[in-house]
Amino acid sequence: MMNKRIGEVILSFENISLSFGGVKALTRIGFDVREHEIRAIIGPNGAGKSSMLNVINGVYHPQEGEIVFRGKSRRGMNTYESAKSGIARTFQNIALFKGMSVLDNIMTGRNLKMRSNFLLDALYWGPAQREEIAHRRKVEEIIDFLEIQHIRKTPVGRLAYGLQKRVELGRALAAEPSILLLDEPMAGMNVEEKQDMCRFILDVNDQLGTTIILIEHDMGVVMDISDRVVVLDYGKKIADGTPDEVRANQDVIDAYLGVAH
Amino acid sequence: MFYREAGQFKATYAEDNRIFPIRQDRIVFAFIIIFAFLGVPLLASIGLVSNYTFTAILTPFLIFSLAALGLNILTGYAGQLSLGTAAFMAVGAFASYNFMLRIEGMPILVAFMLGGLCAAGVGIVFGLPSLRIRGFYLAAATLATQFFIVWCLTKIGWFTNYSSSGVISAQKIAILGYTFESSMSKYLFVLSVVSVMALLAKNMVRSNIGRSWMAIRDMDMAAEVIGFRPMRTKLMAFAVSSFYCGVSGALFAYAYLGTVEPEGFNLDLSFRILFMVIIGGLGSILGSFLGSAFIVLLPIVLSITIQFLEHSIGLNLPSGIGSSIELMAFGSLIIFFLIVEPHGLARLWQIGKEKLRLWPFPH
Amino acid sequence: MQFFFEVLIAGLLSGVMYSLVALGYVLIYKASGVFNFAQGAMVFFAALTAVGLHDLGLSLWLAVPLTMVAMIALGLVTERVVLRPLVAQAEITLFMATIGLTFFIEGLAQAIWGASVRGLELGIADVPLDWLLDHANMAISQFDLIAAGIAAVLVAALAIFFSKTKIGRALRAVADDHQAALSVGIPLHHIWGVVWAVAGFVALVAGLLWGARNGVQFALTFVALKALPVLILGGFTSVPGAIVGGLIIGASEKLAEVYIPPLLQTLFDTQMNLGGIEGWFPYVLALLFLLVRPEGLFGERIIRRI
Repeated sequence: MMNKRIGEVILSFENISLSFGGVKALTRIGFDVREHEIRAIIGPNGAGKSSMLNVINGVYHPQEGEIVFRGKSRRGMNTYESAKSGIARTFQNIALFKGMSVLDNIMTGRNLKMRSNFLLDALYWGPAQREEIAHRRKVEEIIDFLEIQHIRKTPVGRLAYGLQKRVELGRALAAEPSILLLDEPMAGMNVEEKQDMCRFILDVNDQLGTTIILIEHDMGVVMDISDRVVVLDYGKKIADGTPDEVRANQDVIDAYLGVAH
Repeated sequence: MFYREAGQFKATYAEDNRIFPIRQDRIVFAFIIIFAFLGVPLLASIGLVSNYTFTAILTPFLIFSLAALGLNILTGYAGQLSLGTAAFMAVGAFASYNFMLRIEGMPILVAFMLGGLCAAGVGIVFGLPSLRIRGFYLAAATLATQFFIVWCLTKIGWFTNYSSSGVISAQKIAILGYTFESSMSKYLFVLSVVSVMALLAKNMVRSNIGRSWMAIRDMDMAAEVIGFRPMRTKLMAFAVSSFYCGVSGALFAYAYLGTVEPEGFNLDLSFRILFMVIIGGLGSILGSFLGSAFIVLLPIVLSITIQFLEHSIGLNLPSGIGSSIELMAFGSLIIFFLIVEPHGLARLWQIGKEKLRLWPFPH
Repeated sequence: MQFFFEVLIAGLLSGVMYSLVALGYVLIYKASGVFNFAQGAMVFFAALTAVGLHDLGLSLWLAVPLTMVAMIALGLVTERVVLRPLVAQAEITLFMATIGLTFFIEGLAQAIWGASVRGLELGIADVPLDWLLDHANMAISQFDLIAAGIAAVLVAALAIFFSKTKIGRALRAVADDHQAALSVGIPLHHIWGVVWAVAGFVALVAGLLWGARNGVQFALTFVALKALPVLILGGFTSVPGAIVGGLIIGASEKLAEVYIPPLLQTLFDTQMNLGGIEGWFPYVLALLFLLVRPEGLFGERIIRRI
């Protein structure tokens, strides 16, 4: 266990239910997230993990249940409000802007912090230029942190998968989020890339104090880096606790290995 | 061998953010601009550039470049396909005409601006469906713009000042007492407007608003999640794009044709401008110019070729075959570019530059 | 009231013919995911070729099958030269390619046959049907009735072809999932070839009917363009949608043309000629409809997943 300061609960869910037509994706899910912790959501395929992330940042709106975020209760917010209140995320299938360079992709992450309007942009002069450069400086810090200086002008479509995942993390970090949602950040990576990614996640958590909610299939990684783990199966919560507690839970073992009937 | 960037160090982000970060590019570009503003008129004064070149090639090339630029902002950068470009041009032309007609002492540039703003307004209204539909659904819906606007301009007499034929005669272009009469002065006028607007467009696409358009184009869900608002972004693209098309339409009426009727802004013109964007390069400012040059020059080259064939080998082609061949040429070029180089002439230019950087050593 | 019904029925009859054109789009879209903007140009090409051959002295019985052969060839060449190299590209790229195809086909048709308007005589007079004139005092064109009848038979035949025959089933499988269809051994390119041929046939029938009605001329492509609002109403993937959409568009545009201009004239107190509403009404109707129901009447609602 790392030595760090875990704070109060900043985000909690009660009785979240979500369905598409007749299909139930989530059934009465409840758990909480504390400030500065790394919270993992695990479960077999189709357990509703990504749906849960989509509920958190306002892509899906649950039919039932309550979300309490920084003391304020809400059923669901839209994606804009969620981004505005400091929630950023990455996607399971990389969702970068394929036609743009790495630099521009990460710059998009700064958009909510930009003040200038399109008229000033069109003139590209005075305040607009100064702002652009100030944000560029910030983005370059992220590029340095993620060690992707050599590809900053490359269109992301041309990059290898592992690098794209890194750029996507960079775009999320550019928003300086207080909560970072990571949807399978290590899927499809080789061991070295996974190690790098783990290092970045831990550094972000450690140095910037960012709260991280993460979905991951690699159990070794999950058990190593998370503070607490929630386990979903068929849209229901079956366990919640520290990695050791979850590992010992019989329901979890059954869900992963299958039960002999 | 001369196209090297070695030794050019960028010490500040401002330097790195320039439109042309490489010195050689800046020199070439400056040369082109100086040539367009001074060289061409000089050549004309010694008789090397004819009136025909101005009225049939240079001026329409610039005007269509502006329209293509407008459509490129919408389709190439923001990813919203439109088949109603000519309608927005018509709004710009007829609105400018009415501002000039009905307001005493209206300066022409202000009238063009207002005409562009009217087009932007119409663009926002007809852009609303883009919030719910995408792709060719939207393209089909933009046909409504095309047909409805042209119908309104044709049928509602007020727009054409109750001209019985529906044809309007554009007022003279005059700024501070100087009247732009000659074909060369009109060319210079258009060149100035287009240069300024192209610079503004370039600035937009390299700053936050441009990134918001491209983000919506490439992955709208992700764009939303990082805080771009799709409605605002898309409608802004429609507004800016229509503004450009509107001003281009006004120039089309005032500096190119002189007299124009609503039917002049038909679906065929919309398609032609779409072709410029596809052939020139989707998502490229330079591409808008290259595509426009290509589409303006192609019919001229074709007709010269046909004439040549008829005279030299006595080939007797039926009259009107030229326009059919033109259609076939346009069609096959579109297909060719979409298959072989979807980013158009602009990408070919870029590849050429990359090669030049390495030349004469291929690696 | 009588007049209203006359207009309504005339509209519905032309609507059946819109459905026929729209069906050509649906066929190709269902099978290959391509929205073939060139369907309208194919209608024009078919009509012009049939008339051109007929004018050369061939009887219609010979000219029409020959045109059919030409249409199949056109379809196969298109599939091979345009669509196969673009497979797996974005929908919108394919759409733009078919716009290019439209120009090519229109140019080709005029290069071969010239650009002048030609008449086409199918031997059905465009006169009001006596029986209806006598009994209901309504003037309904005999030609429209027969044309609509032919269109209706063709639409029904295609619907059966899709749902009952082996090739129809294969086609629906392809539409659902190319990869899966390939993996169970359905020959993809063969199926696409068939579809393009059928679409060519539909274009031929539509071209003959519209051509005989309005003359074979470039304006036919604008008639075919009206199939787009039909598809927006009906949904791009639905055969019943194309039929119902066609009827709605046909009826509403005729009614609008007759009833809206006087309404506008009283409203704005003007004597202006406000005719020609037909030209835009279907598009605006479709646009408004899109705002309410973007997936069309019979289209499937798509839940976007991320």
